[in-house]
Amino acid sequence: MSLKKVIITLLCGLVMPFAFSCKKTGGDAIKVGAILSQTGPASFLGAPEAKTLQMMADEINSNGGIDGKAIDLIIKDSAGDPEKAISFAKQLIEEEKVFAILGPSTSGESMKIKGICEEAKTILISCAAAEVIVNPVARYVFKTPQNDRLAAERIYDVMKKKGISRIGVVSSNDGFGLAGKEQLEKLAPSKGITIAISEVYDKKATDLTGVLTKLKARGVQAVINWSIVPAQSIVAKNMKQLNMNIPLFQSHGFGNIKYVTEAGAAAEGIIFPASRLLIAESLPEDNPQKAVLVKYKQDYESKFNEDVSTFGGHAYDAMLILTEAVKKAGADSEKVREAIESIKGLAGTGGVFNFSAEDHNGLDINAFEMLTVKGGKFVKYEQ
Amino acid sequence: MSLEQFLQYVLSGVTNGSIYAMAAIGFNIVYNTTGIINFAQGEFAMLGGMTAISLSAFLPLPLAIALSVFLVSLVGALVDFAFIRRLGKPTVLNMIIMTIGLSIAIREVALHIWDEKVRSLPYFTGTEVSSINIFGAYISPQVLWVLGISGIIVAGLALFFRYTLTGRAMRACASNITAARLCGINTRNMVTVSFMLAAAIGALAGCIVSPITQTQYDCGTPLAIKGFTVAILGGLGNSAGAVAGGIVIGLLEAFSISVLPLAYKDAVAITVLLIILFVRPAGLFGKKEAARLKEF
Amino acid sequence: MKKYFPIAALAVFVILFQAAASLAGREYYLTQLTMAGYYSLVILGLTLVMGYAGQISMGHAAFFAMGGYTAAVMTTHDLAAGGALAQAAVSLGLTVTSTNAFGAKIIHFSPWVSLAAAVVLTVSVAFLIGIPILKLKGHYLAMGTLGFGIIVYRIVLGTHLFGEADGISDVPEFGLAGGIAVSGDPASRVQNYYIAAVMVILTITLLLNLVDSRIGRALRSIHGNEEAAGAMGVDTSRYKLSVFVLSAVFACVAGVFLTHFNGGIGPSQADVMKSVSFVAIVAVGGMANLWGALVMGVVLNFLSLRGYFGSYDELVFGGILIFIMLFFPDGLLRAENFRGPAALLDRARSVLKRGGDNGIS
Repeated sequence: MSLKKVIITLLCGLVMPFAFSCKKTGGDAIKVGAILSQTGPASFLGAPEAKTLQMMADEINSNGGIDGKAIDLIIKDSAGDPEKAISFAKQLIEEEKVFAILGPSTSGESMKIKGICEEAKTILISCAAAEVIVNPVARYVFKTPQNDRLAAERIYDVMKKKGISRIGVVSSNDGFGLAGKEQLEKLAPSKGITIAISEVYDKKATDLTGVLTKLKARGVQAVINWSIVPAQSIVAKNMKQLNMNIPLFQSHGFGNIKYVTEAGAAAEGIIFPASRLLIAESLPEDNPQKAVLVKYKQDYESKFNEDVSTFGGHAYDAMLILTEAVKKAGADSEKVREAIESIKGLAGTGGVFNFSAEDHNGLDINAFEMLTVKGGKFVKYEQ
Repeated sequence: MSLEQFLQYVLSGVTNGSIYAMAAIGFNIVYNTTGIINFAQGEFAMLGGMTAISLSAFLPLPLAIALSVFLVSLVGALVDFAFIRRLGKPTVLNMIIMTIGLSIAIREVALHIWDEKVRSLPYFTGTEVSSINIFGAYISPQVLWVLGISGIIVAGLALFFRYTLTGRAMRACASNITAARLCGINTRNMVTVSFMLAAAIGALAGCIVSPITQTQYDCGTPLAIKGFTVAILGGLGNSAGAVAGGIVIGLLEAFSISVLPLAYKDAVAITVLLIILFVRPAGLFGKKEAARLKEF
Repeated sequence: MKKYFPIAALAVFVILFQAAASLAGREYYLTQLTMAGYYSLVILGLTLVMGYAGQISMGHAAFFAMGGYTAAVMTTHDLAAGGALAQAAVSLGLTVTSTNAFGAKIIHFSPWVSLAAAVVLTVSVAFLIGIPILKLKGHYLAMGTLGFGIIVYRIVLGTHLFGEADGISDVPEFGLAGGIAVSGDPASRVQNYYIAAVMVILTITLLLNLVDSRIGRALRSIHGNEEAAGAMGVDTSRYKLSVFVLSAVFACVAGVFLTHFNGGIGPSQADVMKSVSFVAIVAVGGMANLWGALVMGVVLNFLSLRGYFGSYDELVFGGILIFIMLFFPDGLLRAENFRGPAALLDRARSVLKRGGDNGIS
């Protein structure tokens, strides 16, 4: 390389840091960052979450913001890659100087940035389900999805009432599936349930007849599937195709009517715990969540022309919690953190939130409603 | 293991194996005429499924599938015209990187056209809950469609290559391209035809398997990897080998479930492939010279 | 001395960039640059294998993961509760006590020990795998290395020790000497930037010397025509294997350092697409062009890690691959590409005019 070229390259490189303009905060805006998996393997989580957050930010801003301050929402697409999540977290915290981060969509990513946010004293409200995100508790880290343990408990309670004691468990090999499997196995003995066989399959598996054949051979009375799309629908279909006419229980990952449509007639009778968002219209009028749920459902479905899902709901809750706390305490992370911990009785999509210094999730077992599929629709499960 | 379980695994293995074989055959067709491994082959299957699903909203199913196969074969031709023909004197690595780039590009474009949701075609016969009993093993009627149509494709290709002029011309190109040119065969067009054919087969495979495995914008890449594995196992360029390789891998995976933790299922097939490659570097039925010739 | 001029230029650039960034208050660029720098180590090693020895390796992320996971497992595993072996390790001075993010004190292997273990593991595996795999040729070699990468990915994804799908988090920092540590702590950002830069400069110096030596010439002869090289007395299999193992070591070390910097590692680092992107960057940088690979590696990774293209990140990457393979198949950073816009336009026209029959056989 000639000297001239070298000097030119050096000069270009030096100019770069000065050339990129820093995004100017419009006066007094509240900067909120979001790291979501809009594309990639977790896109069915991140895409509705991103849409929800954007919708909410727009609505808040068009209503004058919070105490007159607009929300400046910066969404980063991590594509489900924990590496990118780490890089974006650092970017959002150090460059954009956000005072809170919503998301990420997956547990793996959340765990990787938990430490970073805690050290930087930036509030993190995760939309991922793993219990380890809030246990052990980190002062600045919260999460909105319900705990897996509670979902497992509800499932087992229903099983006990149905007289089922010997089951098979299939779960996917991602963070969600593994966390669920762990909870199921931990709780089973105390609920009098025997897990005769427990298998983990690849989350991208397209054919689960092999695994289900193994379960069938063990003569189990019911099957619990703990996974997300597409396996949820595939398990349902494969079971029927294998002529397994035993009850199928799913996790709260079954949170979108599309999965029912996918599984078609095979979805009839699936029992699973979920947030009441999926049966919003049929709730009694005095249900504390009904107003919030119906509004979110209508807004989302009319704006984006697609069915609402519980995953978008987690993002809704995150933004709701954040804005409630900011309304109380102003845009200071330490005060907002305390304000979140003092939130009680806040009706969100996932349930009614009651935070405390030890409980950074805020939802208990009543956040779940047991639902089933009847006539291709979600209805409340009556036992 | 009871007979029913055994039979169940066999059926599952053979079904998956035929899909892998379809993908491998797609690889082989293009490889034979051009020496290129087209890593976008998996994307053809995905496009076939996605297009058919979109079309089936307002067309009867058989028509939707036929039209989708036709459209995707046009995409194959487009890939050839717009990109493959523009390559100068490419090294093998240039071609690999080019097709990988195409695969990524097609996948991301599909994401933006169709979004990330999972979809599927309706079952050709029956519904999601229909089940056929074969000696105690149960399968969906769609499985019979998969096996049947794969069989027809393989047989049809064999006839095509043996008895039609175009097929024989393509075989000539595969055998010795200079000689083919000297015989007056338009080798440039043969390359286009092979891309179109591979795309059509991929699209059809994507359609027939969509009801069972569902279609998503990123379902092409895992299929391409499996297809490549099977193509190598059977010997690159050898389509009969591809069918045999597909069945072998499919059965291996299905039976490995009964002995190993499911988490390692994918690793099993590959480990076996690697072992076979170490013993026979050209695959099960590949030509030794072919394995040596291709350089970077 | 002339050949060291580019390296000196690189060193100067590194320093000036950091100074500029600090002055402009944009020090945070250094974070992504550091991460991109570590990936470049892998890419540089891979350039040696692919560009000079002519062997395609589509599973190199596996070696990166081996390094990273070994470091992660050994530095997060609490030996306090361990048995006799653990006690022995403590008494041999192999361990270090540190406080994890939740205030608990754990005793774990020193990062130096885990680095050594990672390298030993990687060398052994690369050696054992390399012997049979490098006998394969062409697409079969591609499949062999791809398969190896997939196997490592599946092992890492399916084993509880490696944290399965969530990977391993809370990896402590790697204290090098005199208070300098590889860690994700924002306060030590500049330090870490220089650590990565030093690694990159050392690597490229080593490799430039290597390719200019007898070894480099032997490698190029193997790339040109393996049989002829063998006939000339070059021990082809030994050279191929050595280069393969060496590149694996680079990838492993990069994995160790980046894991400490990120504070964690996940199965996505062993993914097929990661290996493919390494191969693609080597090709796009110009196969046997170390500087090209370095520049492309840093630039592309930097932009991707900053989310510059948002959701279109992958599409842009695919587009870049296609574009460069069409218009600059010999790599971007070549003298003939810098002769001015007229020459470039000429080339564009000639590419678009091509009509196939390009000697593909």
